Formats: sequence, structure tokens, C-alpha cells
Amino acid sequence: MAVWYDPLRGGEGASSRELSTIGESGRDGQSPPQGERLAFTRTFANFFPAALAFALLLTAWELYARFGGIAPTVLPAPSRVLAQAWENRAALADNTLPTIRATLAGFAFSLVAAFILSALVDFLAPLRRALFPLLIASQTLPLVAIAPLVVLWFGFGLLPKILLVALVTFFPMMVALVEGYAATSTEISQLLAAMGAGRWRIFWLARLPSALPYFFAGLRISITYAVVGAIFAEYAGAAKGLGIYMLSAKNNFRPDLVLAAVAVSSALTLVLFGLAVLVQRLAMPWENAKGERAGPGGNRPSGEGRR
Amino acid sequence: MKRLELRDLRKSFGALEVLAGISLHVAAGEFVSILGPSGAGKSTLFQLLTGAIRGEGEMRFDGAPLDGARFAFMPQRDALMPWRRIIDNATLGLEVQGMKRSEARERVAPLFAEFGLAGFERAWPAELSGGMRQRAALLRTVVQQRDMLLLDEPFGALDALTRAAMQRWLETIWRSHRWTALLITHDVREAVLLSDRIYVLSERPARIVREVAVPLPRPRTESHELAREAAAIEADILDTLLGRPVPINEHPMENRND
Repeated sequence: MAVWYDPLRGGEGASSRELSTIGESGRDGQSPPQGERLAFTRTFANFFPAALAFALLLTAWELYARFGGIAPTVLPAPSRVLAQAWENRAALADNTLPTIRATLAGFAFSLVAAFILSALVDFLAPLRRALFPLLIASQTLPLVAIAPLVVLWFGFGLLPKILLVALVTFFPMMVALVEGYAATSTEISQLLAAMGAGRWRIFWLARLPSALPYFFAGLRISITYAVVGAIFAEYAGAAKGLGIYMLSAKNNFRPDLVLAAVAVSSALTLVLFGLAVLVQRLAMPWENAKGERAGPGGNRPSGEGRR
Repeated sequence: MKRLELRDLRKSFGALEVLAGISLHVAAGEFVSILGPSGAGKSTLFQLLTGAIRGEGEMRFDGAPLDGARFAFMPQRDALMPWRRIIDNATLGLEVQGMKRSEARERVAPLFAEFGLAGFERAWPAELSGGMRQRAALLRTVVQQRDMLLLDEPFGALDALTRAAMQRWLETIWRSHRWTALLITHDVREAVLLSDRIYVLSERPARIVREVAVPLPRPRTESHELAREAAAIEADILDTLLGRPVPINEHPMENRND
């Protein structure tokens, strides 16, 4: 090695130290069992307080319903709700499937529409000014009033449910996507332009991936509305579904079955939310990499930058 | 042989005059720096060169008017895409040129060792240190195989020690490739260490106040002898940029050196 190379190596001493740190974290990445166990412990620690609070609430409710002298036709105990849900599981399942179908169809429609419209708005700025007031106005509509009208116009089939689910889920995703595109780093856009990329190329290579974290934030909000939207639509008129099931249970003075249906719809929402989080993890693996580097020797420049 | 030649390049944004007639040239295989104070219009100059904005004056490449993509551009911060692995960041320029991703990867992969990135092909940018990210950004720049490199304060965002290491490393790697390169910087030492010639810009509106040849032999980090000569050039350029300081012993009240 020539003499001049030594100072370079000397100067890079910090970097080689870094190299070893990075190598270690890279190895961490290659041994998922350990990482997963850690993640599980962390997840457990995160969810334990919530689970405890939930259990306490249920216990208090159970005790009050049993010993408070309340009629089960007014406030059934959780145990009764559970028992009745089991007894009526066939009917519940029969009515849950249409709700799932309506939720997923409506959400898929909403997703595609949000993607297409947001891309159009990104390319045509005037369209944004034309559309956004309308979209915001759409969010002011009271669902209770709109749902029966939509059913009146489009009948008892799947279509009014799709429209109502879309009405409540479209907006958060649309806004998230549009803001996500706008959050693209100007340096990356300029770099691509200097490389000779056109607008569509820049959209595909930079703006769309930049919008992903925003999009998933919007998606997580949307998906919690989706089931509620479908149930509203069914409540306003449907042959089958959790909404209509709740309505008829209420009319038959069966609050236990109403609550059973509520529990099913909550579970449905939680599962969809969990799926959204899972898809986000899979779609953005680099976000996890960022987390792994959060510890000492993280994403710091070399040398004295690190503690 | 002159490759890039600018004649009387001017640019104003409304009433704000940014470039007041820039003339310069870069020969084949030459490393030229443009040195100027912050906000002098260095980045405006680069935007003119990459065609992001238009100005007045003449820009010629190999004698013909500058057109199409001649430059591979390296921006101030690394601008690595966090959602692409390092190797896919490195292939970005080739992909934009229309090359298949697999082919581009084959082209880029052998260079990782030389850029000190061997083993990090599949890493995410967030997993790399600042210096490594800059090396990856330079790798992405040079594999585009354009006629000339445009480096816009490439090490500006790094801490001092990493920056010094990166400058030395760039000088080393440049010697083995002899890319034709134009560097924008406000770091005088960086300019002296790397350049064959330096253009010194005035404050805004920018014009070229001085052209400095750096006749030091390469490699320039070899000896302290060279470092001293470089320091002299550096001090001289600083005088141009900041004005000559008045030495204490030239002060009339304290002049005891008669």
C-alpha cells in the first residue's frame, strides 16, 4: 500500500468501526427468531395494559348485571351475551358473511377510487381545487339520513352498501395519498429529472413510494370506519347482514343478541385493522430496518457523532 | 480539449439577479471546482446545467450547444430512496435510461467493493452511516456513464471527520477513473484537495472573481509537504473570498519590526 493510503485508512478508522456495528445489526436481521421473540415481548408489554383494562371493564359489567337487579332484557351480562351468541352462532355467521362481503367490496372500490383520483389530482392541480371542496362536503353528510336514501335509490343489493362504505372510507385515504405525494423529497425529484425521468416516471419511482407511509396511516383510519359503514347500510335496508340482524334483535327485545352482533362487528374491525398493519409491514420492509438501527451505533454519521 | 464551456451565463429570478455572467470551461478528464459563499447561486448554476431551469448565455458541450443528458448529477444530500435497497438505488440512473433492473444490477455489483460497500448491496439506506450513504450516492452517479459528473456539495451534510475521510477517498477513486467532473462547494480545503482548477465566485449576483490552478501533484494526501503547499493555496483563496486580514505587526501603533 502506498504511504498516502495510510492517512486515508486512519481517517476511515471510524468508518471501519461503523462497519462492524452495521455488520452486527445486519446479523440481527438475519436471525429473525431472536428478533421476533423480542418483538413479541414488546408487543405483549404494549397490549397488556389495554387487555387488563378491558378485562376489568367486563368484570365490572358482569357483576353489576348479575347483582344490580337489572333485567337481562335491559342490560344482559357479558356471560349471557356470550352464551346467546354461541347458541345463535349459525344465524350470526349467516349474517356476518354479507357484512364482510359488503365491507370488503366497498373498501376495495374505495381504495381503487382513492388511488386513481389521487393520481389524477397529482397530475392536474386544478382538479384538486375542484374536487376537494366536494370531498370535504361529502364528509359532512349525516350517515343516518343518507343511508336510507341510498338504499331507496339503489335497492337492497350490494351496490348501496358499497357506496356507503366508500363514502366513509374514501376520504381519509384520498387525503393521505395526496399529501403523501406532496411530501416527496424535492432532491429525489430533481435527481430523477436530471437523470431524464419524465413526470410519470417520477410519479411511479418517487411520489408513489413516498406516499406509502401516509397512505397506510389513512388506510388504518379508513378500515375502522368500513365495517360501521356497511352496518349502517344494512340497518337502512338489507335482506341479510349484521345491521339488519341488530335491527331485528332490537325489535324483538333481545339486547343480548344486539350486543353479540356488536361484538362480532368489533372483532371484524380489529381483524381488518390487524391485516392493514400486517400489509403495511410487508409493503414497507425498510421501515422495520430503520427501527432496528435505533439503538446505539444507529444511523449516525461516523466519528464523534456517535456517543 | 474543452468539453463543457459556459459563456456569459446569466440568470435572474424576477428582480433578483443570481448569476451575472459566468464563463468557464472544463476539459476532458479535468476536475474543476466552483467555490463560492453560501447563497452565491452555485446551485442555480447546476440547475441551469441539468436543464431544470433556463437562463441566458451560451452552454456548449464538445463544441455543440448543450442538449440532452450529458451529466450525472450528485445532489447535496445523498437523496437515496429509503424504499430501495442500496443496489437498487445504485441502479436507479440506469433504470431511468431504460435498462432492465437485472442487467443494471449486474453492471453495478462489481463496483461495490471499490466503493467500500461490499456486503451492503441488500441493505436499506437507513442501515448505512452518512459516509457510506454518500459513497452509495456517488456510485449511483458514476454508473450512469454520462460524459461528466456534477457534484453539488456532495459532502456538505457530513460531520467534519467523515467529510475529510470522504474527500481523501474521492481523490483516490478519482485518480483511478479520471472522470471529467465539476464540483460545487464552499469548502476551500475540499476544492484545493480535489481540483485541477478552481473558479472562485463572488457573492450574489455571482460572477467569477478568480481562476486558480492547483498545480499540486497527485495523490495529494501523500505528504505533509504537499499539505503545506495546499494550505498556502487555501489561504490565498480565502483572502480572495473574505478580503486580506490586516496582520497585527502591520498595525501602525504596534509596529515594532523596523
